[in-house]
Amino acid sequence: MTLSVSRVSRFLNSPGLSLCLVVFSVIAFVSAVLALSGVAPLETFRLLVQGSLGSSVYLGHVLKTFIPLTLCSMGLVYTFRIGLWNIGIEGQIIAGALGGFAFFRLFDTWIAFPLALAGSFVAGAFLALMSGLLKTRFGVHEIFAGLGLNFVAQGFTLWLIFGPWKRPGIASMSGTDPIADVFFLSEKGPFALSTFAIVLVVVVFFLSWVLIRQTLIGLKLHASGTNPTASRLLGLRPSLSLLFALTVCGGLAGLAGFFQVTGVYHRLIPSISSGYGYLAILVVLLSRYDIRFVPLISFFFSCLNVGSIQLPMILQIDSSLSGVIQGLVVLFFLLVKSMKDRSVQNQVSNREVSDE
Amino acid sequence: MNEVWMVILSGVVAGSCPVLFAALGETLSEKSGVINLSLDGCILLCALTAFVASYHTGSVMAGFAAAALTGSLVSLVLGLISIYLGVSQVALGFVLSLLCRDLAYFFGNSYSRVQGVEVAHWPVPWLSSIPVIGPSFFQHNLAVYLSIMCIVLLWFYSERTGAGLSMKAAGENPHASFARGGRPRLVRLYHVVAGGALAGIAGASFSLFFKAGWGRPQGCEGTGWIALALVIFGGWSFFRVALGCYLFSLLQIVGVFMQQHFVDIPAQVFQVAPFPLMIFSLALIHVYGRVSQRVIMEPHGPFRFLSAFFTKVTHPAPAHLGKHFEP
Amino acid sequence: MIQLIDIQKTYGSLRALDSVSLTVREGSIHALLGENGAGKSTLMKILSGFLPRTSGRILLSGRDEDLGSPEKALAAGIGMLYQEPMDFPQLTVLDNLMIGRSHGFFLQKKHILLDFLKISDELGFCLDPDLPLRRLTLGERQQLEIVRLMSLGVRVLILDEPTTGITDVQKSALFTCLSRLRELGKSVILVSHKLEDVASLCDDATVLRQGKVSGHFSAPFQSMDLLRCMFPESQSPVPSDHHEPGNPFFFLDDVMASDGRVSLKPLSLRICSGEVLGLAGLEGSGQELFLRVAAGLEPLRSGSITLDDFCLSGRPFREFSSRGVAFVPGSRMEDGLISGLTLAEHVALNRSGGSLFFNKKHALDRTRQAIRDFWIKAKPDSTVDSLSGGNQQRFLLSLLPDNPRLLLLENPTRGLDHDSTLAVWTILLDRCRTSGTALVFSSPELDEILQFADRILVFFQGELILDGLCRDLDRDAIGSAVAGMRKSF
Repeated sequence: MTLSVSRVSRFLNSPGLSLCLVVFSVIAFVSAVLALSGVAPLETFRLLVQGSLGSSVYLGHVLKTFIPLTLCSMGLVYTFRIGLWNIGIEGQIIAGALGGFAFFRLFDTWIAFPLALAGSFVAGAFLALMSGLLKTRFGVHEIFAGLGLNFVAQGFTLWLIFGPWKRPGIASMSGTDPIADVFFLSEKGPFALSTFAIVLVVVVFFLSWVLIRQTLIGLKLHASGTNPTASRLLGLRPSLSLLFALTVCGGLAGLAGFFQVTGVYHRLIPSISSGYGYLAILVVLLSRYDIRFVPLISFFFSCLNVGSIQLPMILQIDSSLSGVIQGLVVLFFLLVKSMKDRSVQNQVSNREVSDE
Repeated sequence: MNEVWMVILSGVVAGSCPVLFAALGETLSEKSGVINLSLDGCILLCALTAFVASYHTGSVMAGFAAAALTGSLVSLVLGLISIYLGVSQVALGFVLSLLCRDLAYFFGNSYSRVQGVEVAHWPVPWLSSIPVIGPSFFQHNLAVYLSIMCIVLLWFYSERTGAGLSMKAAGENPHASFARGGRPRLVRLYHVVAGGALAGIAGASFSLFFKAGWGRPQGCEGTGWIALALVIFGGWSFFRVALGCYLFSLLQIVGVFMQQHFVDIPAQVFQVAPFPLMIFSLALIHVYGRVSQRVIMEPHGPFRFLSAFFTKVTHPAPAHLGKHFEP
Repeated sequence: MIQLIDIQKTYGSLRALDSVSLTVREGSIHALLGENGAGKSTLMKILSGFLPRTSGRILLSGRDEDLGSPEKALAAGIGMLYQEPMDFPQLTVLDNLMIGRSHGFFLQKKHILLDFLKISDELGFCLDPDLPLRRLTLGERQQLEIVRLMSLGVRVLILDEPTTGITDVQKSALFTCLSRLRELGKSVILVSHKLEDVASLCDDATVLRQGKVSGHFSAPFQSMDLLRCMFPESQSPVPSDHHEPGNPFFFLDDVMASDGRVSLKPLSLRICSGEVLGLAGLEGSGQELFLRVAAGLEPLRSGSITLDDFCLSGRPFREFSSRGVAFVPGSRMEDGLISGLTLAEHVALNRSGGSLFFNKKHALDRTRQAIRDFWIKAKPDSTVDSLSGGNQQRFLLSLLPDNPRLLLLENPTRGLDHDSTLAVWTILLDRCRTSGTALVFSSPELDEILQFADRILVFFQGELILDGLCRDLDRDAIGSAVAGMRKSF
């Protein structure tokens, strides 16, 4: 009896099997959804792949999504490590965009660029620290504070777009006047992408990898999040770790907002965050909070987003199919992981019983 | 002047109907210990389901029923996986929210800008003639009346029935509940599903009368998050949550009015104003409570009346909200 | 009438209860005495259905009872009142009363309320049914639990250390209630180690020691007999060489503090370098609070703490720590170790201060060193969760700094067997002698204190009632102080 249970468990425990299960379930479910809508599943999948990886133009679009999404996801790794649910990340992206854009309106010369970059980081970090403060000092529920600040940031943006920063003549949902040409992130090479942005993401990734996995910072974050009391006795300062995590996450989200303004839309629009904050949460959930998997998953999600753009035109289905796939992947992943964890737990307790 | 008040009151009562259903349902779920973060996407999906069902059958009732069923199913998924498999309620709810939203947009593609069925106007025969109160409260449709009745029914359920007591026990201390012979996990499952059904009705209220029709965006986006916030703000009590819903609705209507009078201040300020106000007041109450706790030492001392006041004003969450229970 | 016959309880090779037999008469109050760890709680958990017994019989009014679960025990009329009742703090008193009973669809609130008031009255309690439970003190929560159990038809009431953490007024209310229960023909079993309480209230007493019955007594009681039964003269080895302590360096003046359960009465103390102080007293008498206050983990209500010439009152724990005050908590996994982290990771984090980088090899070496020095049965990459209790304790001790001025330890040898205890003490005392570290530790075992400490401090209800050198005091005197019996010394 014990022999077969352990064999089954070992089989279940292999990561390959989990991956297969998840992929299979998602494909099956999505195919069912597509069939219900009267669309051929295979054709849809083909279009998704082609629309994202099929040409250098498409790939360029994918990378334009990849950059802000990855920045946010990397930031969230810090906050998840310390046990926070930073649902306010959407607002932090917006804050970053606002902060950067403000400098572009204030200054005309080259100095605006670095100032805007710094301003975005600071603005995003500031909003993140606010929700942290609301939680620790004022006892406001984490999710409530995050959501509330998201709404505030969105409202503030709308006010700016329709108020002080409106296009002369007509205020519209299409946003503000564009920033000066000279501040556009250059679109070089086959992917029409700025080197600066790519370098930024790569640098942040390696820096984060080193910080979290090679230095004590990752460990300190994990310890402070798991047991602040014991951490204090070990000489750590959990509150500083918290501030650090929030600053980094908010700052990176702010940089994502900066990129949206300078590299994608070139102006401020109402939905400047494009839902990347919430999507980043999905990315990090799927990556099991491990920074090494973040770029890969972020790339996969970006491909889905871009690949689904042409679906309405060609197959007359909504492009939110990408969101459906992303959500299903994470859902099935959580499901399979929990079942695996339970089987491991049962294994352990069975072994304990047999020892007696 | 009377007319202005009537319009405002009427708008508040009607306007808060969907949020009220969602918030009351979420209160029910959270009191039993389960936080349902999928609310926003769920409401959207249910709005679509209600629209589609009523469009194809021509019956508003079918729409409401389909929506309630959809909401229950989504919450069932959330409940089963988080309660029995131990997945984090927050993580799962969040994923489901996004998933439901995208499913709604996907399936709703072909129903955009299609004319559907709307809920009929249903003035209460004699009561609607009472000046001021009549038009404000009794000239609405069935859904609005039901939303008001829900408040009382749910309060009664919570305070006067054995099942309501089990609900509170499961949310406060499932270990003790289990030790006393209860079945907290099953109780939690029932309540999160019931909350989902009410969320479904909220969605149906949107697509069948409040913001009738389907589009992208539909207009009900954000309601779920607002409902979640209102539950916290209302301190997990049905009456206070309802009050919060009405206040919220009032602020929005006042915003519309103010916009006409104060053209300079943009509408967005009023739309968004409730949130910082709620956060600010919650923070203030918390700080006040902490400061006074240092002063009030004894529950029977001279400051007893003050501590009684703060007990009423500071509403802590059900002690085991969001926490997993394993018997 | 309840009869327990030859109750055995074993956990693997550990025998928690060894052929325990006792009889409780109807309409009587029976005391179950013994030191911490004697087996009292285990025995009562078996009687109330929370633990299964390994062997033995339980007879209720002559009938063999199974008592396999709390529900079955309750059905048989046995109810247990815990030190910390499992209740619902945020619900009202009445709600707490009602949960767990079978109701129809509608709650019969009025009916239950009347029942509640009747029983409260009978027992002499005064509780407001609409108050949220969290506003009640521990004593009142106990009272409510008693009323609840009575309303469920309980005929045998077991109370586990009920007088810890309640006020004197509430204690006398409780005792009046227990007397009334006795008059009503109920049986009461009072688990305690407070001789005062036993002497004034109980009809019979059974003393447990290390899982065995050490003696049966009936009223009127001779306290000395009870004491000798609880703390017999054991073969404690001659105390190790206590050399003269150095100069005083740590001063507490009129220190008062409170942690919600127990309040320290104004306390003044000097600690000399190289001194070993043992804190004795019943659980909840204030020793743990004292240790935390001295470590800077609990704020002072009044008074001052000084180390050499620095005033440490009101300073954060960090500063205490940097000046050489080290603290080891009693609850290892909750307060001292971080679940999910490995031994090497703890070592790497330990006192790492603001440094960023960590030398993995260095950390591993230090971990291996600690494993060797403290006889920890684990590898550097094992998680602390996988260690046994004793190994966790040894690992916690290995994380201490090398030369602290003052070492504060909450029950340091909890869960360790005799050999490990001696080994740990050798290391600790060695540190003391060589670097002049002062050691302050709390322990429920008087033997341990007498063996290793130079000086003993006895706490009772938050007050330091005895402060003397071990070699000057005899065991009886210390035991009496621990039990709260005030004598002139």
